[in-house]
Amino acid sequence: MTSFSQFINQIDLHALARAVEKATTDDVRALLRRERLLDNDAITIFSPVAQEFMEDIAARAAALTERRFGKTIQLYAPLYLSNECSNACVYCGFSADTNIARTSLTTEQALADADLLYEEGFRHILLLTGESPGHYGVEDIRRVARALSEKFASVSIEVFPMSTQDYRKLEGVGVDSLTLYQETYNPEYYAAFHPRGPKSNYRKRIEAIEQGGKAGFRSLGIGALLGLSDWRMEAILLAWHARYLTKRFWKSRIAVSFPRVNSAESAFHPPFPVSDPHMVQMITGMRLLLPDADLVLSTREPAALRDNMVGLGITRMSAGSRTNPGGYVTKPDSKMQFSVADHRTPSEVAAMIEAKGYEPVWKDFDHAFLQDAQ
Amino acid sequence: MTIKRNDDPLIIAGETFHSRLLIGTGKFKSAKLMAEAIDASGSQMATMALRRVDLGSPDDSMMKHLDGSKYRLLPNTSGARDAVEAVRLAKMARSAGGFTWIKLEVTPDPNYMLPDPVETLEAARQLIKLGFTVLPYMNADPILARRLEDEGCATLMPLASPIGSNRGLRTGDQIAIIIEQASIPVVVDAGLGMPSHAAQSMEMGADAVLVNTAIAIADDPVQMARGFAAGVEAGRMAYLAGAGGESRLARASSPLTGFLNSGESRS
Repeated sequence: MTSFSQFINQIDLHALARAVEKATTDDVRALLRRERLLDNDAITIFSPVAQEFMEDIAARAAALTERRFGKTIQLYAPLYLSNECSNACVYCGFSADTNIARTSLTTEQALADADLLYEEGFRHILLLTGESPGHYGVEDIRRVARALSEKFASVSIEVFPMSTQDYRKLEGVGVDSLTLYQETYNPEYYAAFHPRGPKSNYRKRIEAIEQGGKAGFRSLGIGALLGLSDWRMEAILLAWHARYLTKRFWKSRIAVSFPRVNSAESAFHPPFPVSDPHMVQMITGMRLLLPDADLVLSTREPAALRDNMVGLGITRMSAGSRTNPGGYVTKPDSKMQFSVADHRTPSEVAAMIEAKGYEPVWKDFDHAFLQDAQ
Repeated sequence: MTIKRNDDPLIIAGETFHSRLLIGTGKFKSAKLMAEAIDASGSQMATMALRRVDLGSPDDSMMKHLDGSKYRLLPNTSGARDAVEAVRLAKMARSAGGFTWIKLEVTPDPNYMLPDPVETLEAARQLIKLGFTVLPYMNADPILARRLEDEGCATLMPLASPIGSNRGLRTGDQIAIIIEQASIPVVVDAGLGMPSHAAQSMEMGADAVLVNTAIAIADDPVQMARGFAAGVEAGRMAYLAGAGGESRLARASSPLTGFLNSGESRS
């Protein structure tokens, strides 16, 4: 199967943008009559006119999510390992162009931070780094992942793109899931926001998740950083990307995240800010297009929106997050990648989920899948 | 009138059960509600996903609410992608929790979660060799059923429709063949959305059914659990009563040709 980058190359993005504007209420009604949505329904469901049907779409998103995932929300915590980075992403607190103190955690420091997360109840942990393999590379991540996989039920990574071979090294020590955001699917904006460093290569970025798929990760997570480009276009391409990955890597579950640039707390002001109604349209529409995907909403979002999205398509949430290396225990004052908007503790978020009539799920995997018990 | 439970037991691997409803424990909005629903159903066997529980932790919220003294806990290998993973999970369940009965689930596709016949058969073979009592989740394939029975499985658990779909007995014709041919209990598993679906399965002669999603996501899971228990019982009664069968033609309840036996007709 060809790479998704080739698929994107064949799309006339201007024509696609026009098609979104032209969608009619009849198109939406036809879509809502279908039990399974077609690829091109992505154009309709993210169109301006679909907003008139938000209640219908939301009701269907809620029902689909409940049937597939039950009344549960899975919780995870991010653990930043390093802020070393050679990229110059315009929006990022770790950009090589920013003058911040660079730091990486030793394995011991990472374990100390992780211990706190374990105490708080987390059994699913997400490891993050910048992109500077010379400072913090595959072997560093591998050491931490190996140690953590003995304690945590699930270890995921959101790090720099790697080869299938390197991903396999991490999979071999118990990393089960990979997340890698394209940030924006629009190649022109991509070039503008990623002017220098290895990340400036759009194609390499988009193909990396496929390297991970080949390595056999059980979950492949994608996302666009909302605010960089027209959200409707991002949503359509994200949905198509997810559908492509579902077909190609049929043993992996696909996860879609909705990271939105928080204009209020960020020095970076996104050119295409996304409103709450549009966020809701994007998330609920994505559920209709991807009935089985995990949909993830992090602490970038304020408490009120997160609370309201329980039951509306979202299946996974972070809680109590720190976005700086050592932020939980060992280096609380290091520089953050971005500000979170939901400052509640994990137990407060869990209590909110329960109050909404859902069960907070801390453990939904087991290390025993990957390795024989000792 | 109800069936006298002691007169019609379900026997799996030599163990006697008086309820023919098995309950799955995922997707509930709380562990407490799950426990109440199991109690209300009268079920004597509850499955639990090994990936969801921490058998080594006394504080595990799910394990705290599951009462192994009231019903048999049946760990499942949900999430296993191949035989190797399923066998690993089963071994973990035995070493960490002492479980020797395993509901075998090998579902490499995380979306429809349909069972992989090749890996399921292989895992069953290995687990039986290791001394486990194996209850395999399977597609409604009569030949696979034969092969799993030949390997020594304790039950056959064919799906009615994909897990969580609530679509009912879509594979009914195939399940009927499995029931006809099997010498071990057939438990219809997955996709039963309403008590009538459970009743329909039992009317066909299934030995039991397993229900999870339909109960877990109902507005009132406890009431739905009772509903399923009643559906199972109704279907079982009909099966034992010997159903009259269907016909496209109307049939008079008094025989139309009764006069032939009246003694006045010429033979």
